[in-house]
Parts: sequence; structure tokens; C-alpha cells
Amino acid sequence: MRASLSARAGLVSALLLLAFLLVWHLGVAGTGRTEAMDPEYAALMGQSATTGRSAMPGPLDVGATIWRHLRDPFYDRGPNDKGLGIQLAHSVARVGLGYLLAVLVALPLGFLIGMSPLMSRALDPFIQVLKPVSPLAWMPLALYTIKDSGLSAIFVIFICSLWPMLINTAFGVAGTRREWLNVARTLEVGPLRRAFTVILPAAAPTILTGMRISIGIAWLVIVAAEMLVGGTGIGYFVWNEWNNLSITNVITSILVIGLVGMVLDQLLARAQRLVTFPE
Amino acid sequence: MALFDDPFDARRRLRRGGCACGAHESQAAHDAAAAAEAPAEARAERLVEGAVMRALFPRDATRRAFLAAVGAGAAAAALREVLPIGFVTEAFAQAGAPERKDLKVGFIPITCATPIIMAAPMGFYAKQGLAVEVVKTAGWAVIRDKTLSKEYDAAHMLAPMPIAISLGIGSTPQPYTMPAVENVNGQAITLSVKHKDRRDPKSWKGFRLAVPFDYSMHNYLLRYYLAEHGIDPDTDVQIRAVPPPELVANLRAENIDGFLAPDPVNQRAVYDGVGFIHLLSKEIWDRHPCCAFAASQAFATETPNTYAALLRAIIEATAYASKPENRKEIAAQIAPANYLNQPVTVVEQVLTGTFADGLGSVRRVPDRIDFDAFPWHSFAVWILTQMKRWGQVKGDLDYRAVAEKVYRATDAAKLMAQAGLNPPAATSKTFVVMGRTFDPDRPKEYLDSFAIRRAS
Repeated sequence: MRASLSARAGLVSALLLLAFLLVWHLGVAGTGRTEAMDPEYAALMGQSATTGRSAMPGPLDVGATIWRHLRDPFYDRGPNDKGLGIQLAHSVARVGLGYLLAVLVALPLGFLIGMSPLMSRALDPFIQVLKPVSPLAWMPLALYTIKDSGLSAIFVIFICSLWPMLINTAFGVAGTRREWLNVARTLEVGPLRRAFTVILPAAAPTILTGMRISIGIAWLVIVAAEMLVGGTGIGYFVWNEWNNLSITNVITSILVIGLVGMVLDQLLARAQRLVTFPE
Repeated sequence: MALFDDPFDARRRLRRGGCACGAHESQAAHDAAAAAEAPAEARAERLVEGAVMRALFPRDATRRAFLAAVGAGAAAAALREVLPIGFVTEAFAQAGAPERKDLKVGFIPITCATPIIMAAPMGFYAKQGLAVEVVKTAGWAVIRDKTLSKEYDAAHMLAPMPIAISLGIGSTPQPYTMPAVENVNGQAITLSVKHKDRRDPKSWKGFRLAVPFDYSMHNYLLRYYLAEHGIDPDTDVQIRAVPPPELVANLRAENIDGFLAPDPVNQRAVYDGVGFIHLLSKEIWDRHPCCAFAASQAFATETPNTYAALLRAIIEATAYASKPENRKEIAAQIAPANYLNQPVTVVEQVLTGTFADGLGSVRRVPDRIDFDAFPWHSFAVWILTQMKRWGQVKGDLDYRAVAEKVYRATDAAKLMAQAGLNPPAATSKTFVVMGRTFDPDRPKEYLDSFAIRRAS
């Protein structure tokens, strides 16, 4: 029964996709009009001006472009033209580094806040003010103070993926059930051991939820950050193709960004399942 | 450009256009003849003599009067008495090895950056012993920040930007230098195809127009053009700052009615069938500057040989790009994704000046864009008058001092001479903008002559 449900769901998904592609294809199909144009003039004009083709690419164009990128993902034709694989590697590396830094800061700090009501109250105003700041608002400040665009992008990832992890860790730690803590206290467990053997396992699912939200945010932010600082990365790729008004390539990168984001999210979802326990 | 004109010739023409001596049909023919005549050493000596004469007589009229009075031979002899020309020639010829070889230069993907970009694939940097990486950058503010943070050693900027940065308008003041102009002309007013029948600017009230940046020639030229037609750019129309890549998309979406922008944006709008070229910027002011090559003061003083080598590469590339016969080759070099990322035919139309205007005809304007490195001080003064006119600069201004501090005409002249090009003798000139003559010595009178202006 379960298998047949997922089979049916897959079928519906495929039908929806097919319908979408068909509407898309028909929606952008050119009128095929060829105006009576001076041939010399027509030679200087683009397809959309001479044949009335829509500027929006169809699904077949996008498919061809994706295939072209997939066939040769690691080419390098100079500092501003690299394959999609290289661009993705740069973005993933930046996200990984910024995210790792955020983990290193957020988990201990979250523990501290969760275990100490005093620190929780004291740090709360700062967190509340900094949490809603848009990633790009940090960019000029980062560029100006760090004086390195690569590090600035990593800093922006760091600062934006920090808050959900911090808040979730603090929440998870503070929400450890009183009975367990009392048992630990009765058994005279030291504070460090209590943190690692009682609180951490209890808070782990909440912490992982925070980490999962954070990786999503980090992947959202990297595109915007790279569009701004340029150089390498999938965000730069999008900007460069936008600069060329190549909607086909922009759609291609949107798909790729979505897929990579999904993979990152699934990795953490799997980790989350590992630490979740039935009570 | 004329290579080795006799600086002691009172009749020598100093204006650009045609040929410097008047004996040849074009500048190219003149150069070829001069290069064929003069051996390398004599050329260097002549260049130094030219530089010395320029230094002694910054004004053409004085020099001519002096030469006419004492005669060229006597003048040359007198000069040799006081200055050991040979020694100076030697000092000029010895260019030190660059302190650093690996450099990063930022650019915005528009045809104004042509010399900066093409110097990489066409080997102009390599010829000076430099390994330069030209890095495409998303916007003017990022270019400024990356140059300030020394991530870029030098960068492509808008001609008014080094002035704005030096004065601290729109940012904190920083000492900036602009040793070379990149291009002259090369902009256009493009309107949406739906306005094909509204060519008279007087009918443009209520238009939403766009320029790429506030401190840009685009902004000043568009405002100038509108104001000359009695349209107040601040109240009658809306002028927005929109980054170049978004201009065509906004035009297509009918979000704006038109823009004054750098190429290839204008040609791209035509190519995509969404706009037509209403006016080339050269029809507002022929040979106006647009983009610039800028570097921080620190880079120039800390690594002078590198700075000189880089500037030499830029100046030589600019001279190469100024020749019409090279333009197709250049278009093919800079169009790929690594640089401009545009269809070759679009870039070619811009550089060769044979282009579709979006109204159904093919126009032939060979100097639609041209490349001329010399940073005239009068350009800076004009820019300052417009900054003042539109209220970007308030209070009293020492036009001349700012111009001389930022626009490094002497650096450019020295290196142009070293590169075997003939820099102009003066650093200031008058020019005509839409029928109005601009005298760089009387900026205030010029400013006061405008009916529409914000400045008090």
C-alpha cells in the first residue's frame, strides 16, 4: 500500500511537470513572423527582433543548456569564465567554511545561554537586534573592514547562519527535562559530564533543527553575496548571465541552485534522524 | 597620434583630428611617415625635447610667440644650453623593472573598458612584463571598495568617480589618481520602441529615464541635454540610477522610457528589438570623456615602476584601440564570456560604428566610440561645473586645483611619450558642448550661463 502511494505520488509529480513544461513550451513559442527587413539591417539584429521569437527561452533551450553545462562542468577559460562545477565548488566551499565557523561559535554560545538564565537575559537584546538584519546589509561593512571580498562573503554566511543555530541550541538546552537534570544531580554528575551525557543528547534534535535552518539560509545568502562581490561562485555566474541577458542560463542556474540546496538540506535531515530518539 | 613632431615648429597643429602637421591625409599616414623617417634614438630625443618645451611653455600661445620671436634654431640651442637633453633622454629611456608582476585590475563589462580588457588577451600587459588578471566586477561601488582594500591594484572607473572620491562626495575622501582616460564618446540615449514618434525632447515630460550611476558622464550628459531643451531633469522627468545589465530588461518591461547608458547596452537594446538609438552622446559633446583608468595614490607611490608599466600597457592598448582597422579584431577578443559576455555582432557594431539604429536603417559613424588616453584637466573642470550645477558639490571650489590633483595629465604625457605617442602640449583645452563653448579658465561664468541649474 505504501509503495503504491509513493508510486502514485511520483506519477502525479511527473504529470504536473509534463503539464508545466508543455504550457511553458507553448507559452514562449515564437510567432515565426519575419518582417520584411533590409538584409544588411537584419544581419545586425538579434533573433527576437527579426523573427519575433520570445525573449523567454523554452524548456528545450534550457534542457540543451543544462546538457551543455553538464557535459563540461570543469572548464576554465580565464578568470571570469569557468565551468558550472567549478563555480558550485567555490560556493559550496564558502558556505561550508562560513557555516562551520558559525557552528563553532553558535553551539558553545547556545549552550551557555541555554544553561544560564542570566546570560540568556543579558544576550537576548543583542540577538534580537542582529537576527533580522538582511545578509546584504552586512556586505558593505564587511568589505570595508575585512578588506577582502572572499572573506567578506564567508563572514556574511557566518553571521547569517549563526542566529537560528544559536537560538535553537539555547532553546534545546533550556528545554532539557527537569527530571533528567535532577537525576544527574542526585548522582552527583559533574557539570561537564552532565552537559555531554545528559543535555547534549536531549537537545540534539533541536540543535540539528537549527543547523538545518541555518544551512538553508547560508545557501540562500551565498547567491546574493556572490552576485555582489563577484569573481567566482554560482551567484557570480547568475550575475554574469544576467549581464548577458541570457535568461536560459539564469533558469539553468536557478535549477542547479535549487538542487544543491536540496542536497545540503537532505544531508542535515539525515543527520537529524540519527540523533532523534523516541521518548 | 603624431609621433615625433618638431616641438620647435611654431606652426605645428596641436589639435586632434586630421594630422598634426597638416601634410598628411590622416593621422595614421602621418605616423607611418614619421616612424619610417626617425631612428629610435632620434625619436627619444625629440620626445624629450617636446616634453621640456611643454614644461617650459604650458600655454601654446606663449610658446608660439617665443618661437616666432627668437626662431626655432636659437630656441633649440638655448634649450640645450640650460638642459642636458641627452641626460634627460637617458633617464626617460631607462624604465625600471616592475616591483611586482602579478596584478589584478577590475573592470565593469562595458565597451568603455575595451583597452583595459583587451590588453590581457592581446598581450599588452605581458609586453610590459606584467601578469595581469582582469576581473569582472558587479558594480562601481564594489570596484571602489576593492581598489581601496588593495584587492585590485587598479581599476576601470567612471571619469567623475576619482573626483567624487577625492572630494569625498558619496563616500569618505580618499586620494585617488586618474592617470588615463579610457574612451571618448561611446554612449547613447536609447528610448523604448514605443516612443519612435516622440523624438523631440520637449515632449518628454513625465518620462522615466535611467543612467548607470549618479557620478557619471551619463548623468551629466543626460541632464545637460534635457536642460538645453528646456526640460528640468529634476522636476519634469524622473532620472533613476540603474546598473547597466538591468537597463535593457527594465526597458523591455516598460519600467523606464529610455536611458543614457554605455555600450554595449544601447546596441543590445536594439539587437533585442526593445529600443532604438535616439542620439549618440558624441552629438551632445564630440570627444567627451567617459570611463577612466584609476589607481590609488598609494599604488602609484609605493610601486612606481609597476604603476608606470601598467599605465604604459594601458596607453599602448588605448592607442591600438583607437585605430579603426583594429576594431573588428578587438571585438572578437573581448566579446566572449570571460570578458563582456555579449554576442560578437553587438560588440562589433559598437566598435566599428556600423550599426543598426533600431528604426530600420544602418548608420555608419566610425567615431561612435573612440579611445584616447589623455586626461585633459579641462575635462575635470567641466565635470566639476556639472557637479556644482546639480547640487552634488556645494560651496566654493578651486576647480583647477582639484583637476590637477586627480587627473594626472603629466604622468600620462610622460608615459605616452615613452610609448612613442605624441601627447598634447597643453593640459587644458576649450571645447563645445551642444553649441556652448566651455572655457576651462572661466568655469563660474559657464555655470552661470545655464538657465536650469540647482547651484546658487
